[in-house]
Amino acid sequence: MAKPMEEIKWQELEPGAVVREVGNAREYETGTWRSEKPVVNADECIHCGVCWLFCPDAAIHQMPDGHFEANLTYCKGCGICARECPVGCITMVAEEEE
Amino acid sequence: MGVRKGIEVSLAISEAVAQCNVDLIAAYPITPQTHIVEHLSEIVANGELDAEFVPVESEHSAMSVCCGSAAVGARTFTSTSSQGLALMSEIFIIASAMRLPVVMALANRSLSSPLSIWNDHTDTMLVRDAGWIQVFIENGQEAYDHMPWAFRVAEDPDVLLPVAVNIDGFILTHMIEPVEYIEDSVIKKYLPEFKYPIALHPDNPLSMGCFAMPELYTEAQKARDNAVVNSYSTIVKAWKEWEQLTGRSYHPIETYRADDADYCIVTMGSYGETAMEVVDMLREEGEKVGAVKIRLWRPFPFDDFYKAVLGKNHLVVIDRAISFGGPGGPVASELRSALYSKQGAPKVINYVAGLAGRDVSRHDFKNILLDAKEKVQRGEMEGYTLYGLRG
Amino acid sequence: MDRFTVFAPRLVEKAEYFTSGHRACQGCAEALAVRLVMKALGRNTIVAMATGCMEIISSPLPTTAWNVPWIHVAFENASAVISGCEAGMKVLMRKGKVPEKKINFVAMGGDGATADIGMGQLSGALERGHDMIYVCFDNEAYMNTGIQRSSSTPYGASTTTSPAGKVSIGQRTQKKNLPQIAVAHNIPYVATACPSFPFDLMEKVKKAANIKGPAYVHILSVCPTGWRIPTSDSIRYGRLAVDTGVFPLYEVVDGKYRMTYEPQKLRPVGDYLKGQGRFRHLKDKDIEEIQRRVNQEYEKIISKCGGM
Repeated sequence: MAKPMEEIKWQELEPGAVVREVGNAREYETGTWRSEKPVVNADECIHCGVCWLFCPDAAIHQMPDGHFEANLTYCKGCGICARECPVGCITMVAEEEE
Repeated sequence: MGVRKGIEVSLAISEAVAQCNVDLIAAYPITPQTHIVEHLSEIVANGELDAEFVPVESEHSAMSVCCGSAAVGARTFTSTSSQGLALMSEIFIIASAMRLPVVMALANRSLSSPLSIWNDHTDTMLVRDAGWIQVFIENGQEAYDHMPWAFRVAEDPDVLLPVAVNIDGFILTHMIEPVEYIEDSVIKKYLPEFKYPIALHPDNPLSMGCFAMPELYTEAQKARDNAVVNSYSTIVKAWKEWEQLTGRSYHPIETYRADDADYCIVTMGSYGETAMEVVDMLREEGEKVGAVKIRLWRPFPFDDFYKAVLGKNHLVVIDRAISFGGPGGPVASELRSALYSKQGAPKVINYVAGLAGRDVSRHDFKNILLDAKEKVQRGEMEGYTLYGLRG
Repeated sequence: MDRFTVFAPRLVEKAEYFTSGHRACQGCAEALAVRLVMKALGRNTIVAMATGCMEIISSPLPTTAWNVPWIHVAFENASAVISGCEAGMKVLMRKGKVPEKKINFVAMGGDGATADIGMGQLSGALERGHDMIYVCFDNEAYMNTGIQRSSSTPYGASTTTSPAGKVSIGQRTQKKNLPQIAVAHNIPYVATACPSFPFDLMEKVKKAANIKGPAYVHILSVCPTGWRIPTSDSIRYGRLAVDTGVFPLYEVVDGKYRMTYEPQKLRPVGDYLKGQGRFRHLKDKDIEEIQRRVNQEYEKIISKCGGM
């Protein structure tokens, strides 16, 4: 885990402030930006993966039964998956107010 | 031990760089640096050095190519002057921040306008605060010696910073001087293979040159400043090792007949040799004068400087650049600041001289000293004097 | 058609080299384009990136969205930086200091970095013949600094420095044709692509990687924020740009042009313009003028490809 930036001391920085822990952006949960979430009707899903392919956030994954679901940790709720699904099995649903 | 050659200093620099088995040279032509890179491209073209010579379309690209090259762990060299340095300054600054150990021969020249191709230090002062290790050298032998030294320091795992070797344009780069060459085997022993601990390679992926929020920018700058300050010990160690191999010794601050001097002339670069001659001349006339030469400009060697000057009465600082609307020449300003709260601090009298190659002879140095004495008597030691100005 | 069958995505590289957690806006087709480019290139890749949206959103310290070696130095110099990486690595391998290995050297920049501030450096790198790929992600304005016009902004688009007003149509100049500038360097590979046609895009990037010498790939990257469209419509507008002939998909291999996707019949350009906030002010006669220009440019490309 990368330390929160406000806790990092200057002595802890790598030369040139390089980041060695590649891909650690995963620790940043962009899912909190979302106002709508995609809901997949698993029965209608044809397992084509178009939603997965078009997701700018790589936030769609395949479930063991073959259908695709959004990873809500990262899904920003853009709605591309719902728009592009060839069988229309994804619906954007408003996030409930906390 | 080595062969002594009479050679143009630029060519001696190129040949020293080639002896360092440099991997990549990226450069763009600009006077008076051109002979350095021309000769290097010739050495590469003749197969005498296995290196990539990247003939870029601007100095900005020269430094950018150098950044990419150093980032993959290649030994990297470039050379520039004046407007070229100004154009590449954006990337020059970033190179140190990203800890990319590029070595540069900086053939010092004035900045436009009016356009001038001749020597002074206005170009290098532009990047004074860029975080590079910066040294000034006095003659051809020093120019040759400081190429292996620069790579040795820059690439040291405790340093990893770019190094600029300042060489006065024309008055040094284009002189033919006797230079003792060091054997390749000695240089090889002195300069270990470059092993860059953060090199870009798919087997060891990392991200370099990231973006920082205010929460981290300060820490990144502190780490950078610390790297520059701490490079001092490696710098001195590398000079000591060179001395052991060649018998030639170098120090951050060097003095000449300064022990009992009432007035010390302070110079950087090739003026140091003139200063020493003037000291000899005036000593013959019974004047108690000496010379102080600043070799290491960044990191500034405060302790060496204090050791050299505290207790002395007067420093006559010769600057080769002006800070317009500011407190005087950049060197004098810095020395005044360094001395401000020190017991036994000498008075600093500042002259800006030799802009854009205007000749400053021994005779002129003598005039400057006489003028400085008069100023001291009148108590007018603030600001600076533009020496030789008409009107 | 893009060789697009609904089941084909299964054939695509599963690994992500540009990971989740990057901070691109919702529906950013540029981030998608980067993701697809990286899938095509794979792990043996070094990326030099220009300052811009993709750099900012992928590298806020102490995190990175990159799973490959990545370097950012400045705005205008990604092509020079990758030149240095390529030439430096070449000599290190030649001298036996680094084991021989095929590595893709890839520079990435937005349209501002490519068409404006980095134009000279791109030209220098292409001319020198480095074995590299330059990928331009063209979202048609300086989006990172707040939607200012670039020389790649299309005629008529309203941006924050080419605002439409009583006496201005918005952007008054025609979009600079970067792929054609790249072609003029006589490099072995130039292509246009769009993430709305992901297979076409990935195929071109793979080709660019496998060709020896410099390659240039120009990717239209829809920006919902700057184009003022719904975030869900990024893919749709990329498709419309292609289907209207505004952004033809072609490649130039050793000087030979080929359309990689030809719509049966071009849709009217209004289908693409209407609905985008940046073109909302355009009047019918403006759209007619744009249509005339699109037809003319499309004809040029068709004739270079040897006619219909």
